[in-house]
Amino acid sequence: MIHHHLPALQVVLPLLAAPCCVLLHRARWAWWLTLTVSVISFAITLGLLRQALVGGTVSYFLGGWAAPWGIEYRIDELSVFVLLVISTINVVAIVYARASVEQEIDSDRIYLFYTGWLLSLTGLLGMTVTADAFNLFVFLEISSLSGYLLVSLGNDRRSLTAAFQYLVVGTIGATFILIGVGLLYMMTGTLNMIDLAARLPQVMHTRTVLVALAFLVVGIGIKLALFPLHLWLPNAYTYAPSAVTVFLAGTATKVGVYVLYRFIFGVFGVQFSFGAVHLQHVFLTLAILGILGGSIVALYQTNAKRILAYSSIAQVGYMVAGIGLASITGLTSSILHLFNHALMKAALFMALGAMFYRLNSVMLDDLEGIAQRMPWTMAAFVAAGLSLIGVPLTVGFVSKWYLILAALERGWWWLAGVVLVSSLLALVYIWRIAEVAYFKPLSQTGPAVTEAPMGLLAPMWALIVLNFYFGIDASFTTTVASRAAAMLLGSGI
Amino acid sequence: MSPATAVSLAVILPLIGAVGIACLDRHPNWREAMTLVTASTLLGVVLIVATQIQSGDQPTAVWWPLLPNLSIAFTVEPLGLLFAGVASFLWLVTSVYSIGYMRGHGESNQTRFYVYFAIAIASAIGVAFAGNMLTLFIFYEALTLSTFPLVTHHGSAEAKRAGRTYLGILLTTSIGAQLLAIVWTWQLTGTLDFVQGGIMADVDSPIASVLLVLYVFGIGKAALMPFHRWLPAAMVAPTPVSALLHAVAVVKAGVFSILKVAIYLFGTERLSTLASADLLAYVAALTIIAASLVALRKDNLKARLAYSTISQLGYVVLGALLANRWGIIGGSMHIVMHAFGKITLFFCAGAILVATHKTEISDMRGLGRAMPVTMGAFLVGTLSIIGLPPTGGLWSKWYLALGTLHTEQIELLGVLLVSSLLNVAYLLPIPIRAFFGQPADGAPAVIREAPLPSLVALVITAFACIVLFFYPQPLYRLVVGLGDL
Repeated sequence: MIHHHLPALQVVLPLLAAPCCVLLHRARWAWWLTLTVSVISFAITLGLLRQALVGGTVSYFLGGWAAPWGIEYRIDELSVFVLLVISTINVVAIVYARASVEQEIDSDRIYLFYTGWLLSLTGLLGMTVTADAFNLFVFLEISSLSGYLLVSLGNDRRSLTAAFQYLVVGTIGATFILIGVGLLYMMTGTLNMIDLAARLPQVMHTRTVLVALAFLVVGIGIKLALFPLHLWLPNAYTYAPSAVTVFLAGTATKVGVYVLYRFIFGVFGVQFSFGAVHLQHVFLTLAILGILGGSIVALYQTNAKRILAYSSIAQVGYMVAGIGLASITGLTSSILHLFNHALMKAALFMALGAMFYRLNSVMLDDLEGIAQRMPWTMAAFVAAGLSLIGVPLTVGFVSKWYLILAALERGWWWLAGVVLVSSLLALVYIWRIAEVAYFKPLSQTGPAVTEAPMGLLAPMWALIVLNFYFGIDASFTTTVASRAAAMLLGSGI
Repeated sequence: MSPATAVSLAVILPLIGAVGIACLDRHPNWREAMTLVTASTLLGVVLIVATQIQSGDQPTAVWWPLLPNLSIAFTVEPLGLLFAGVASFLWLVTSVYSIGYMRGHGESNQTRFYVYFAIAIASAIGVAFAGNMLTLFIFYEALTLSTFPLVTHHGSAEAKRAGRTYLGILLTTSIGAQLLAIVWTWQLTGTLDFVQGGIMADVDSPIASVLLVLYVFGIGKAALMPFHRWLPAAMVAPTPVSALLHAVAVVKAGVFSILKVAIYLFGTERLSTLASADLLAYVAALTIIAASLVALRKDNLKARLAYSTISQLGYVVLGALLANRWGIIGGSMHIVMHAFGKITLFFCAGAILVATHKTEISDMRGLGRAMPVTMGAFLVGTLSIIGLPPTGGLWSKWYLALGTLHTEQIELLGVLLVSSLLNVAYLLPIPIRAFFGQPADGAPAVIREAPLPSLVALVITAFACIVLFFYPQPLYRLVVGLGDL
């Protein structure tokens, strides 16, 4: 019985748990509640995964109102794959959060932190499962607003400016998306994505639809930090509490990319987006600029979190380049990288968060010689860094393989060259951190600087294991990603 | 033991050894015993695989699919057996040598040293037995990463700088060019398997030419100029590392990969028609001469040997690019001949370092009287590198020369001859001065031979150089079929 309602439960459960967190008030209890909800949410994802992969797309009509009048939740290969990313990262990040948050946030505000976290989770899960354009906007706002709150809780005063910047830019993005959705509704009278896809062709030639597409692409571009709309990201990632950076880096931009897939391929369709409007040129240009620009700027940072933040902008470029290739292989590489990058970047930020836990800083100068005191943390950092560079047997290699393959299939060897150059730049900036940590004499000699506690190490290494597991046996991820890509390019939605 | 098990075991065994070594951190004697037992067992397993090859089989093991239709797989063919045989035999000898050297020289972090050494050997065996280019690439990268902590073993500023060069060049070439070539090959042909006669039949010649350039420069471990700087940099490592890894396992993995690509991806027939093959042959020729000239000017013994290695690796690359039967035979045999010759020289350099703490050639006058065994072995190694009887180095140069004659490229023959003369010029003075020169002024401290394990090791390898002169037939029979279609 209950398994019919899994799509709704996926969203409703964290939504209901959020106010409960406020009522519980105690930091520890709030954490336990969030952990429980996260684990259940992960289990629900696994259930949905089985349903969607075995039985095909799952449609759920909220309140029994049939689409296109009611809100439809739709779970297909693609959305369940993204659900898997969100709930996996969420579970490990929440385990990680307990120790990290106790250190970084005043204990009387921790319950607010978990409340914000659960709301953010609700929004991200909701954006993934919903097939209703307006509902998507609502969830986007839930996740964004709670995201601003989470960023502002950092213990550095600069986190307030970062959160404000994120709020201003994010609100512009959300407004653009709302305008886009509104224009679509004006032209078609429907909000259901499948219905939209069916009705749009009749009004495709109008300028209004073009404007709607433009507003949507720019709005979503801000959410996923597409170069040059990425300005909010470096500060938000650098000054947010460590656990929040892990969570945002692993999920928020990924869901942004997912929403882009939905609109570009699902609602507007590849014929219109790429055949009539030639968006692929825009995506490819911005992607390449982002890949190279992000990687190069990362080289010159002195704050390790900032290095990784700029690296994220470059990695988003990979995913957008995959979209711009507009082929099955290209889209497969994009979807694969969405999954793979979440694993590697979350692991990297966890390692930095563990150093921040001990040192209260991740400036390169303060990380000198830290590998002597925190060997396991640093080993995790190097392992995840190898994945980011794309060394074989890691997930990074798998995504890189598909992206290069897709570029060569098109005969765009220059794009393959850009990807390889960017891997080498990744090698340089990861190396800079590793070199400081391994080869410099220890600079922070306080007795408190020891290996990170188990509560931080265990989730970190769990992600490292996943990084290698899905790099050694990529059959699951590649199969799902290529099925999802075929679906997006084939029949729409 | 079934053939597939033996092949898999050969790759896994050193890894098991590495775990064992790490566990025996507190018990140095048992730890060294673990290394020796693992190395001997590995040699035994490789010999079992060798018997399979003798009977004409090509033992195969498929592990699991890494990507759809693309598995981590191993297929042993004569060339791979040759490389694995050399690497595993010399690992055993080097392990004996290391025990004397590491203790005699009072090195720190010895457990870490032996662990990464074992992982590096596992990677080298993986490269040797790889059944397709992706598997080869994976182990090639593993070899780079596992040798990095060995290069930076001392942790000094110099080691750090060397490590940066080492990792920088090897990863840049492999990710930037080799990986691109591999994905491109996969995209064009739909396979990466090593097939006799090659898989490039349907690829247009201009693209195949570009691919060849990407492969040859992308395999940076072959140290073809201008991507050779990592090898002299790696000399900052402890001498056993320089001896086994940077004269045998790592660099031979490079030239071995180039031979594999030449024989099994392109096929010699296809290769000989490619425009870039000629061009690259001249790059190899240039490397041979230029590296020898640089070697002449180096006073540091290990640096001179390193440049000598770069030059000698050029021979193998040249042999592969000649793309005829004799070139392939010569190149393959040179892997073995050079391995034994050069490891002997490095063993001697390490023995001199341990016994006298001397690293500069100009300080080594008159050493021959105090260290007759070491310098005697050095002389044998020198002769083998030059290619003079009674050492095995003669044979590989012989076939390489035949290869150049068959392609009627007399200028390349000239390069080989000039290079031999240069070898004489930069290597032979060292043992001659050691035996006949007068020690530098200032009363030298009493100098004795290096510790016994080290001596045993260098005598074995020097002896092997001589044996290979008198009995090259097994080797020849193994590689004779490689160049045929």
